[in-house]
Order: sequence, then C-alpha cells, then structure tokens
Amino acid sequence: VKIQEADAKSLLRAEGLPVPGWELARTPEQVREAAQRLFAGGADKVVIKAQVLVGGRGKAGGVKLAGSPQEAYEVGGRILGMDIKGIAVRKVIVGRAVDIVKEYYLGAIIDRASCRIVLMASAEGGVEIEEVAKTNPGAIHRVAAHPELGLLPFQARSLGLAIGFRNSLLNQFVAIAQGLYATMKANDADLVEVNPLGIVDGPGPDGRPVPTLLCLDAKITLDDSGLGRHPALEGMRDLDEEDPTDAQARKLGINFIHLDGTIGCMVNGAGLAMTTMDLVKHYGGSPANFLDVGGGARHEVVCGAMELILADPNVKAILVNIFGGITRGDEVAEGIIEARRSQSRVVPMVVRIVGTNAEEAARLLREAELETASSLDEAAEKAVAMAKGAAQ
Amino acid sequence: VSVIVGADTRLVVQGITGREGEFHTRAAMAYGTKVVAGTRPGKGGQKAIDGRVPIFDTVAEAVSAAGANTSIIFIPAAGAPDAIMEAIDAGIKTIVCITEGIPALDMIPVADAVRAAGARLIGPNCPGATSPGKAKVGIIPASIHKPGHVGVVSRSGTLTYEAVQAMTDAGLGQSTCVGIGGDPIIGTTFLDVLKLFHDDPETEAIVMIGEIGGTAEEEAAAYAAANLRGVPMAAFIAGRTAPPGRRMGHAGAIISGGSGTAADKIAALEAAGVRVADSPTQLPALLRGAGYRG
Repeated sequence: VKIQEADAKSLLRAEGLPVPGWELARTPEQVREAAQRLFAGGADKVVIKAQVLVGGRGKAGGVKLAGSPQEAYEVGGRILGMDIKGIAVRKVIVGRAVDIVKEYYLGAIIDRASCRIVLMASAEGGVEIEEVAKTNPGAIHRVAAHPELGLLPFQARSLGLAIGFRNSLLNQFVAIAQGLYATMKANDADLVEVNPLGIVDGPGPDGRPVPTLLCLDAKITLDDSGLGRHPALEGMRDLDEEDPTDAQARKLGINFIHLDGTIGCMVNGAGLAMTTMDLVKHYGGSPANFLDVGGGARHEVVCGAMELILADPNVKAILVNIFGGITRGDEVAEGIIEARRSQSRVVPMVVRIVGTNAEEAARLLREAELETASSLDEAAEKAVAMAKGAAQ
Repeated sequence: VSVIVGADTRLVVQGITGREGEFHTRAAMAYGTKVVAGTRPGKGGQKAIDGRVPIFDTVAEAVSAAGANTSIIFIPAAGAPDAIMEAIDAGIKTIVCITEGIPALDMIPVADAVRAAGARLIGPNCPGATSPGKAKVGIIPASIHKPGHVGVVSRSGTLTYEAVQAMTDAGLGQSTCVGIGGDPIIGTTFLDVLKLFHDDPETEAIVMIGEIGGTAEEEAAAYAAANLRGVPMAAFIAGRTAPPGRRMGHAGAIISGGSGTAADKIAALEAAGVRVADSPTQLPALLRGAGYRG
C-alpha cells in the first residue's frame, strides 16, 4: 500500500524526525485559511503540494509557491482542479516555504539480494533516484543494516560521510538515518524515502543561521503482509484514489488490477496471471484485467471474482486459467458454474482447469456445457476469437 | 542423488493436521515421498494420515525419534518464522516453507539464521520442490512430472506447473523442479539453484521461469554467461504486458541500476546465450534448439 506524503510525514514525525509542519486542504478556501495562518506566523512564502500517489507531480505543475493568502487561494484552486497522470487532485498540503541550500536523497528499502534493509543516500537529491541510478550510479551510496541489531550508528556515519556531511550536519544525518530505519520497522514499511532531505538555514542560538537538515518530502509504501498488525495504518489507504473495484477485491482476498482491454481473465497465481495476459496479447487480444484469485481459492471467492470481471462493461469474453496445486480444480469449477447461473449478463467464456482435481473439474464443466481448453495457448486463442466475435 | 530433495529425503510436515498440511501430505506419500513425521504442538503421541504418520510436539523429537532430515511448513504466516527457526534448531538442513503472507521484515533475521546454520530454506510463499520419481516436497501436482534430466527453477507458483507440464507433454523429463517463491526475502535464489544444477550430474539442461521486478534474473544471466555456456538452457519471463508501476519491482532494482522490466531481463538472458520463449509451451523446442537431446 502506498500512502500520501502527509501520512508518510506523520509516520516520520512519530519517530522524531525533523519534518516541517503542514496543513491538509481540500478546497481553495481551506488553502487560503491555512496560508493566512502561515503568513501570520511569519512565513514569506507558502508551498502548496498536490497529494497524489504518482511520481512526477512537480513536473506536472502540482507543486507551487504562493506569496500571499489570495495567491495561495488561486494556486490552490488550480492544483485542486488538476488531473495528474489520470488522477484527480482532491487534496493538497500547505506549508511554509523554505530556502533550500542543498538537496540530498535518503531512502530505506528491503533489498532482495542481500536479504537486508538497505539504506541508500545520495548528494544528488531532489530528482528521482531511478534517474540518478541510471545516469550516475556512483553517486548512490548504500549500507545494509544488521539483520538483528539494525542500522548501527557507525553505518549511518559512514553513509553520511560518503555524501559529504561533516560536523553538526553529520550528527543530524545519523539521527535521521536511524529514524528512517525505525520508521520502517515500526510500520512494516517496505520503502521509506526522504527526497529531498534539505539543508536549510535554521536559527542558531546566537541569532546567526545554522545549517539544519529537514525532511522536506516523504514517500512510504507499506508491506501488505504486515498491515494486519497495524490496524491504524489501514486508515491511510487512500480510498479517493482507488478504483471502486479495489475494495471489493480486497474483501475477497484477491489481487485485481483493472486494465482497458476486452478479455476478462481469472487466474490463480500472479506469475501465471501475467503470463495469461501476455499470451492474450500475443494472440492479438487485450486483457481487461489482471486477476489472481490466490492459492486455495474456494468457490465463493471464484463467484466474487467473476462478478468483478463482469462489472466491467468492456469485457466481451472471459478466460479462466487455473493450474491447481494448492487450489483444487473442482472447487473452482463449482464456483464458475454457480457464478454462471446467477450472473446478470452472460459473455462467452473459455475455461481451462488443469492440475489438482482436474478430472473432477473437467466432469463438472462438461456437465455444465462450458467451453474448455486444454492448453494455455489454446485458451488464449479461443478467448481472443470469442472477444472478436462478440465485438462484431 | 538429486538436489534439494531426493530418495534420501525423510520428511517432517510442520502443521500436518491443518487442511493444506494433511491434503498435501497425502499427495506426497502417494508419490512415494518418505513422510516420517508430522508436528502439531499439543497432539504429540497421536497419529495423522489414517494412523500412518506419527505426530510430535516438536521438530527436535521428529528428528531424534523418526530420523527426519527435511521439513515442509504449512503453518499460517504469524507462526511460520517460528516454525523455520524451530526446524533450524532441530538440525534440519533442508526446509521448504509453503506459507504465504509472512511480513518481509520478519523474514530478515530468519533468513540470516538459516544462512548461519548452514541450512537451505526454499521459500517462503513457494510451491516447493520435486525430484520426479524420487520425492515430492511441496504442492506441485504429481501428475505433471516425468523423471528425466531437465532442471526447472521458477520464481512463481502455478507458472512453474505450466512450464513443467510443457516439458512433460513434450517428453522431456525433469531432474528436479524448484519453485523458489515470489516474496522479497527468500532463502534460495535463482543463482543458488543454478549452482546446484551446475554441480548435479542428473541435470543436463535447465529451464528458468522469471517474472518482472527485482534483478534476480539478471544475476542468474550473469552466472549462466560465465558458467553454463555448455548447458542447454531456456527461459520464460512473465509480465511483458504488465502495466508499469502496479507491481513493486523498481525499488529492488534501484540497487543495481536495473529497471526490473521484462525487456531488460530478456535482453540479459539472451546476451548470456539463454533462449527466451514467448510462451511456456515453446520451452521444450527451445531446449532442443539449444542442442538438448534428452
């Protein structure tokens, strides 16, 4: 689950990280009021940032400065009316704009290769890290946290030194890096990014400016498998940005991604579901969805999945591809037959069930007079032909 | 002698009394796998599977009393890390964890402990391993296997079955089929299995099934280029048409500067001399095209 910047910042703050304040606003009026409070508090400028779960919002015009409450109202209104990469902007955050002396990148991820949490840092901050990885991979420095002891201070220091921090900034960096690691652990996150981590001139004890590190943007994704033990985080799932089918799929415990083709797919296993989509394309069709019913799917899940597929009016044909292992073919067949009986609209369907209890499944499907296929290639070809026939 | 599981496998099923545990224990026994014990805390002393398999409270007892040397885990996510640790502690060296949904952060110290103990963990969230004609430790359907000399390694579950079925349909038997699992933290990688196949006299050709995300396929390709030039090898990568950004993958790929896309993986494999299929059904023909005569 990806969460919004504002929620990510709350989680960082909860671990004691230096994150400047913000207010969430859903209307231009709320933007103006938030800006008024900031200007009254001594701000020279405010920054207004779209809250959307896609990258590149800055380039798309979703991050703007304003010099007065009225300007904030106007800018906020424009951003709130925007559509960024197909997602309508429904909320923004308003915060005090700061003069950034230099931008850095700091991120924590779960690294598959080393089976560790790896912290990455770069002095090339403020741009997408994927871009840096491509153009200047040497600028990204990493340390792997100890599997039990976590991110040790010496590791954080070496990372900070590698990207050029010295003196007070080094100590600030160490605290922030350890806070990032703590945020990851506390929330079962699989990614925590601060980009930019900015140096700003903060007020020193004698009134002279002192370089201070601040977390100016935050991105967190949560491990779906860990969500069960963090009930409070479930509320950070942004329902505004979800497809209406997402909640239904979640309730069924299946993995569903809506696409724009005409062939509805129901498959068990993510890899096989992707392969089924690939073969539908290979044979000249286009998939209407990615749907993994998961392992051990029972017939009520199959019925629910079928309803999800049929809820998409673009679906002209359905391809069911089940390779039973932990999933039992006969249970899926029963679900399909039951769903077929009760569904509101009937579209052509081809069913392929092989593996565990396939013979029983074949008997059930034969009795129900459903179109079957023995190989995946055959099933894909038939589904493509069905969708084309239905479209004519 | 086969890799991972074989004729000398003496299996303990952790969670033998659960729905999946029992179902797949029966299937494994029907295939001829030596299931010597099951565990279910609180039911020690009883018998499972129609009185044919003794139940113990601990894995240690299954080792000392029944001589178990391999474990398979059918325990829900909350208890699975503990089950793996218990197996290690009992001295089990081959552990297959079928469980899906274990939080990644829970697996980090477990994977480390497995390594420190010199044990091999397959999974979690995997279909397990079969050495056809010898032993089946997992949930891969028995009917699709045929004994032979093609090693099959895959990151996904059911797609593994698809590839194995394609081999069997074409008359190509398998030495060992392994599904390594799709979670971020897994005990055994493509690279590990390729090394095992490289050293295995039973394995004469290799099929690798990958998918988008991460860089495991690229690492495997680099190994194949350096060490497996003489071995007929074919691959399939799932997710050529998957919409970008909807599956995590790039975060893992940042580490090496890779992109995690199917195109990059296919290019890396082809550059390493590995033939890449458009459909799993093409895999046998590609192996034959690479000179495999099995």
